[in-house]
Amino acid sequence: MGSTLVLAEHGDGELKPATASAVTAARRLGGEVHVLVAGASHAVAEQAAALDGVDRVLLCEDPALADQLAEPAAALLVSLGATYAAFVAPATSTGKNVMPRLAALLDVMQVSDVTAVVAPDTFERLTYAGNAVETLTSSDARLVLTVRPAAFAPVGTGGSAPVEIVAMPKFRARARFKGESRTKSDHPDLTSARIVVSGGRGLGSVEKFDNILGPLAARLGAALGASRAAVDSGFAPNDVQVGQTGKIVAPDLYIAVGISGAIQHLAGMKDAKVIVAINKDPDAPIFRIADYGLVGDLFELVPQLEKALDA
Amino acid sequence: MKILVAVKRVVDPNVKIRVKADGSGVELGGLKMAINPFDEIAVEEAVRLKEAGRAREIVAVTVGTAQAHDVLRTAMAIGVDRGLLVQAEGPLEPLAVAKVLARVIAEEAPDLVLLGKQAVDDDCNQTGQMLAALLDWPQATFASKITVVGDMVEVTREVDSGLQTLEMELPAIVTVDLRLNEPRYASLPSIMQAKRKPLQTRPVTDLGIDVAPRLRVLKTAEPAARAAGIRLNSVEELLHKLKHEAGVL
Repeated sequence: MGSTLVLAEHGDGELKPATASAVTAARRLGGEVHVLVAGASHAVAEQAAALDGVDRVLLCEDPALADQLAEPAAALLVSLGATYAAFVAPATSTGKNVMPRLAALLDVMQVSDVTAVVAPDTFERLTYAGNAVETLTSSDARLVLTVRPAAFAPVGTGGSAPVEIVAMPKFRARARFKGESRTKSDHPDLTSARIVVSGGRGLGSVEKFDNILGPLAARLGAALGASRAAVDSGFAPNDVQVGQTGKIVAPDLYIAVGISGAIQHLAGMKDAKVIVAINKDPDAPIFRIADYGLVGDLFELVPQLEKALDA
Repeated sequence: MKILVAVKRVVDPNVKIRVKADGSGVELGGLKMAINPFDEIAVEEAVRLKEAGRAREIVAVTVGTAQAHDVLRTAMAIGVDRGLLVQAEGPLEPLAVAKVLARVIAEEAPDLVLLGKQAVDDDCNQTGQMLAALLDWPQATFASKITVVGDMVEVTREVDSGLQTLEMELPAIVTVDLRLNEPRYASLPSIMQAKRKPLQTRPVTDLGIDVAPRLRVLKTAEPAARAAGIRLNSVEELLHKLKHEAGVL
């Protein structure tokens, strides 16, 4: 059984929880699991080394990797890759950007956005915006996978794997990082939050979106999400969009407010443990999957709910 | 500057698909087909770059059956100058499509290649990145803004933490996201005009590329249904259930 190399997800000098989910998926492939920390510090590598089930951590601090662009990351993975039977990354914007580039360099057909490892060579993934589940197997000599973090419970911590420094291969950058604008939020990260409060077109405006949902989310310590309809209407930024074309979440509690429940949206949240729907339309499809439904005016019900939490 | 746009013919995203009862795949017979919506955004962007005087020629390429002519006509109605169908029987995997596109690009020599970030049928999100790897070109995925400045292209990308801006040397690959633009409705005259634009067909077998699938789908199933829950009458009742029945608060 060959080893698996997991590309660590990190940012702001921290290992992201998606890495621990990717390690869970990698463990199911059966071989040793190594984690590559590319473009971060030794402190991040130590966090990866503490994950249960990790056998070794590779760290490359080369400045070429600092912005986590696809070209240097794929080049590094290829240079390390000779001994690995599989490469796994979480299906985040970084993983989705880097891994297909690696797969083509290795002449491997990637399996994208895996939701279950059925056997070490057999996987499940969703197609058609979550309307079909494919079980598939690969005939390639090696595997390249991106895995959906919400589908794999993260491994715990307590390990102490050795950290090995690796070198960056010769590389000429033809894409350069120019800048970024971060979405400022007082709420926890959407993909790892335990509770998500999500709004749809029913909110009506960006002001109402913030004024109605913001306090409830703050009261619950929840992340804020939005439907595609709300994002397209300009009520919320795109990076909080929950759905097949946005973020996939699986919190303990998902509160859908003014969201009708288009298939596209359900694909992003139907794995939540408990779903609450608040909508004035009793026939909204969201009620067909919600554990608890409240039919009524969200502009009355949400403030009531917030108040009742304090009672 | 010359722009090449890759497009795919998919089931219209507004159509609800049905999984075959025997688990052998998705029932596609008789369904309305359309250009992949992300690819349509790529076409629109190319046409806007041409209208702004940044591009001289736009070529649209698709890999698929003879029926895929219709998505090339759609692209030409939006403003693409000519189309190329690389004809193949049955669907090809993204790696094979990337290899076909790399060969076409070697002949066409575009400065910029635009693709949708993913196709809404297989939801793979791979072809653009694979193509960039095969050509050894820089890539910018999930673009929400594209600006061509001289022999460079500046791309704003939608990433998990917000927006990221890259500057790339041309030639380059850009895959586009939903918010880049809103594609126009093609007017009747432009639809008529598109019928007279050049459209070339080449069999994939002429390219000498191994397009055999690497993945084998063992079965296709409906996703597990989630049972509908209960309607409650008040927020107090909801809170009680969340605390004492579901135990999530």
